Amino acid sequence: MSNGTTDAETAAHTISVYVANKPGVLARIAQVFARRGYNIDALVVSSVVDTHFSRMTITLKGDPEGLDQVIQQTSKLIDVIRCVEHRDEESVVKEMALVKIAADEAERTLALQIADHFGAKTVDLTESSMILQVTGNSDKLDAMIRLLGRFKVIELVRTGKVVLARGDEVT
Amino acid sequence: MAKEQLDGAQALIRCLENEGVEHIFGYSGGAAIPIFDAIVTTKTKIKLVLVRHEQGATHMADGYARATGKPAVVLVTSGPGATNTITGILTAHMDSVPMIVITGQQIRSMIGKDAFQEADIFGLTMPVVKHSYLVKSTNDIPRVVREAFHITNSGRPGPVLIDLPKDVSSGPCTADLRATMDLPGYRPPAAKVDAAIIHAIAKAMSKSVRPVLLVGHGALISGAWDEVRELAEKLQAPVVTTLLGKGAFPESHALSLGWMGMHGTAYANKAVVECDLIMSIGSRYDDRIVGQPAKFCKDATRIHIDIDPAEMGKMIRCHIHCVADAKAALKALMPHVSRLKTDAWIAHLAEYKRRYPLHFKKKGGLKMQHVIDEAWRLTEGKAVVVTDVGQHQMWAAQFYRSDHPHNFLSSGGAGTMGFALPAAIGAQFGRPKETVLAFCGDGGFQMTMFELATAAIHRLPIKIVILNNHYLGMVRQWQELFYDDRKSGVDLLGNPDFVKLAQAFEGVKAFNLKRGADVRKILSRALAYNDGPALINAEVEKTDNVYPMVPAGRPLEDMIVERPRYKMEKPTGST
Ligand SMILES: Cc1ncc(C[n+]2csc(CCOP(=O)(O)OP(=O)(O)O)c2C)c(N)n1
Ligand SMILES: [Mg+2]
Repeated sequence: MSNGTTDAETAAHTISVYVANKPGVLARIAQVFARRGYNIDALVVSSVVDTHFSRMTITLKGDPEGLDQVIQQTSKLIDVIRCVEHRDEESVVKEMALVKIAADEAERTLALQIADHFGAKTVDLTESSMILQVTGNSDKLDAMIRLLGRFKVIELVRTGKVVLARGDEVT
Repeated sequence: MAKEQLDGAQALIRCLENEGVEHIFGYSGGAAIPIFDAIVTTKTKIKLVLVRHEQGATHMADGYARATGKPAVVLVTSGPGATNTITGILTAHMDSVPMIVITGQQIRSMIGKDAFQEADIFGLTMPVVKHSYLVKSTNDIPRVVREAFHITNSGRPGPVLIDLPKDVSSGPCTADLRATMDLPGYRPPAAKVDAAIIHAIAKAMSKSVRPVLLVGHGALISGAWDEVRELAEKLQAPVVTTLLGKGAFPESHALSLGWMGMHGTAYANKAVVECDLIMSIGSRYDDRIVGQPAKFCKDATRIHIDIDPAEMGKMIRCHIHCVADAKAALKALMPHVSRLKTDAWIAHLAEYKRRYPLHFKKKGGLKMQHVIDEAWRLTEGKAVVVTDVGQHQMWAAQFYRSDHPHNFLSSGGAGTMGFALPAAIGAQFGRPKETVLAFCGDGGFQMTMFELATAAIHRLPIKIVILNNHYLGMVRQWQELFYDDRKSGVDLLGNPDFVKLAQAFEGVKAFNLKRGADVRKILSRALAYNDGPALINAEVEKTDNVYPMVPAGRPLEDMIVERPRYKMEKPTGST
């Protein structure tokens, strides 16, 4: 497109894939997304109640029109039980981040205030650094990380989203 | 009675027998020796056909499946044996053809260590299979085979690969051969068709005065030719097919417009351009059909019946999507439709048929069309026709009119040169009593010509017609039309003497055909020879072009029916 990417193309999508726990299934799914030109931003593979299955939660950006297609093509894979896109209103979406910042005694109080505001926990503390653990939706994590920008952020890791549909609906 | 102690390979052969396999097309090698051995030790009735190249084995299994509707088995060794099958797997995958490919593999403890003849064929083929297995335990073999056969030929068919490490095929198998499947994620669409959608289709149809039924390979796969015909006659709607849909509706029928697309008939393409409703029955609105997706049947009501939900909206947007087996959908639709007011439409299209017939001149140099047309007459349109890829393929599709299902076999989606000869061999194995006629280009024939040995050994009475223009004709045509006739890499200088070549194989009868006046005589001789393969080298005009033509990526409206006087723009579509 001549005038760059549109808003629709930069909107994030959350896709949940429920799969049989068989060799190669992640590679097959990754191939479908790659072939249609979608770049996966985050991927969480996790066990579920029944050990024969597992769940993948994929976060990505890109053309929403083609996305339906990709979801169909993913659903078609023999080892995929279900593949659905989740809208935030209809689901519980959570993510966790660990943020390691440089903070000496003088800075620590402010860091703890910020942490407290976001319900974050201090999971590691040394004289010169601390690791904060925060859980919530992605906007909340973004906001806290932004505020922590006044410190030196040494390292940062986010889990990527995990999603469950609300109510009786299955994910 | 003591139960027979089987090893994995023997269990595999027993499982293949249980699935009704009649043929294995194979090529042996270290990692597959236990399986080849089991073919002997189990005294199986499955016929092993030793091919000359693994690609040939895949096309044979492909031809067999297209001609019979049943899957055959390809059996090869690891490494290069396995990688040689990839072209054939792609070819089958693109055209929804069932096939089981069994590859030998290094022993389990060596996998991933670049051991001798190790290739990650499971990974290499992932994008071109319907499904695949790397079998890690001997006792999994019966379940894997059961699942593979279920998957390959249900729903939308496609190839399934089974990679079998040598120590897995050599180990003892204690599992029950009638294993149960474990496929929680695989649900081919149920036979039940959504009634609301059927009503929507019927309602849309009732308003149409210029309908077109577009019939694809899916209609053949689902065995829906009777229903297609019944529907067309009931509606009085004209029918166009895709290249692979040839035979799903008799081309001699008054309502037939032949096949559409890049080199389809002018009247089929014009009908699609002018229709007010198009309903695809088992076609995927592929790029060779729609030309330019955004402009395809822009103002018409577009309906799509396909068994694969992932085809819906992939190429073009339709107003009504019906995910269903073609036969089931048409059966459900039939009671809700009645005759449409299409008399004027049919008369209008008849005028197009008169104005733009498929034609060729018998005068001058020998034409491919002439040879094909005469073959059609002599075989009364009943042969199983297999084509290779190129100009001859398009002319074969134009001039060998198909009235019967499963009688026109061609690599459509992949366009794989080298397909015809081995696929014809497979088709003849599947339909031993029928005339199998392979039309090959001089280029494509040379890609798999060593399979003449396979055909000769089995005394298969296939008829091979090489339409020899001494060029990679289709590419030359593009260079002529779009690249100022600059020929680059298309001159097949150094073609062998195909007749002498064929005579090097025992039992092959070969003929040269050079003059239009001899077409009938030579074809008749070849058709009369049934003790082995017959081959005709037809020296045809070198620089003829195939028309009609819709330049790749252009809308169907831009079809040309003859060579234009103006210089043509380079096509925007790839091929
Ligand atoms: C394996 C493979 N390589 C290349 C091509 C590209 N290609 C398409 S048609 C064609 C020319 C075919 O020449 P020939 O077999 O002599 O048939 P003709 O067009 O002359 O009838 C080529 C090279 C292809 N389709 N398949
Ligand atoms: Mg040629």
